[in-house]
Amino acid sequence: MAKPADVNDKEWDQEILKSDLPVLVDFWAPWCGPCRMVAPIVEELADEYSGKVRFYKLNTDDNVETASKYGIRSIPTLLVFKDGQMVDQLIGFRPKSDLKRSLEKALS
Amino acid sequence: MTAAETAAREYDVVIIGGGPAGLAGGLYAARGRHRTLLLEKGVIGGQIALTELVENYPGVPTVNGFDLAQTMLKQSESYGMETEYTAVSALERTGDKWRVKTDAGDMIAKTVIVTSGAEYNRIGVEGEERLTGKGVSYCATCDAAFFKGQDVAVVGGGDAAMDEGIFTSRYADNVTVIHRREKLRASAILQERAFANPKMDFKWNTVVEEVLGDGQVHAVRLRDVVTGAESELPVGAVFIFIGQHPNTDFLKGLVKMDPGGHAIVDEWMRTDKPGLFAAGDVRQNSARQVATSVGDGVTAAIAADHYISDKFTHATVQPASAVAD
Repeated sequence: MAKPADVNDKEWDQEILKSDLPVLVDFWAPWCGPCRMVAPIVEELADEYSGKVRFYKLNTDDNVETASKYGIRSIPTLLVFKDGQMVDQLIGFRPKSDLKRSLEKALS
Repeated sequence: MTAAETAAREYDVVIIGGGPAGLAGGLYAARGRHRTLLLEKGVIGGQIALTELVENYPGVPTVNGFDLAQTMLKQSESYGMETEYTAVSALERTGDKWRVKTDAGDMIAKTVIVTSGAEYNRIGVEGEERLTGKGVSYCATCDAAFFKGQDVAVVGGGDAAMDEGIFTSRYADNVTVIHRREKLRASAILQERAFANPKMDFKWNTVVEEVLGDGQVHAVRLRDVVTGAESELPVGAVFIFIGQHPNTDFLKGLVKMDPGGHAIVDEWMRTDKPGLFAAGDVRQNSARQVATSVGDGVTAAIAADHYISDKFTHATVQPASAVAD
């Protein structure tokens, strides 16, 4: 199963903003219950969209700079990027269908 | 037959909602060797998944709510309960069974137990929706850590408000509890802890009129309901715990409800429709505790079992080999 890769403050520009494919980033922290529910859904999507979308997760405890740059004040938050631009923001736990809709939009 | 009908999966018991009521009902239904499906649209555990510590579930001194829910899920699944993560859009009677319409297709069920729980209320003031996720929060355990060293507000006077206020005080410098009455509704032990907490203070007889902020919350505008005086409290976040409403939109017009939208059930959790049960926070007069919801779910599953044996002569019994170890 394709696993989302970890991304940190340092790698952010290279991995996320310069990606040739659309990117979904899962902002999470170990203490966040709902984040633990989002993780398996993101993993499933990473499988389904393999080769079309890149998947990353960012630990907000360890990467405060990026989290605050994007005004993250609630997790889980998923951000979708395309060509270096943030194109969608999903705050809180969302069903898989919402996530797919967002990815389809980014791919279209 | 349409394609949807051909594809519809059949179950003895379909449970709508994976909180304590649904998980407990699923355990009993699965152990009764009924083909059982649990549908969950969000997070297993429902409201308890967002609860840092559950301390009042008998036999379990203290446990993280998310972990308790996961333990319940594993227990129910170990007896053969299936779980599917999807939202229910409608419920219809079809012959002597129920059709459960979901985002993942239709399911046909001999019995349905509705355990869809309740959702937090919003205050309904200017700025609240716009700043949700930007300082307005309904889950301190999710978001409190983002407000380290800041002043925050907690709105409400019940158990949830105190629990979450106490939790938030681990991170925030100061937690102001804003309550519209002059005393708390929270249980005595939580009140004692909140009053003893040096970081928490209280504004009584006060309501939030507006959440202020441009991109991020920076203050709340308050009104004293006795004097009418208005004031502004600078805060980085406002955590809102002012009660809840049942998730029963898909039942409207289908079962008898009270004015608050709770399903009216008898002591066996039976609604006024055959084979349709409601348990936990969705039913009228629920005590809204993990322990009572678990009891409700179990009662409903036992009632569903009786209903299936009464109404269906060939009740499906799974062969032992179909059940997980």
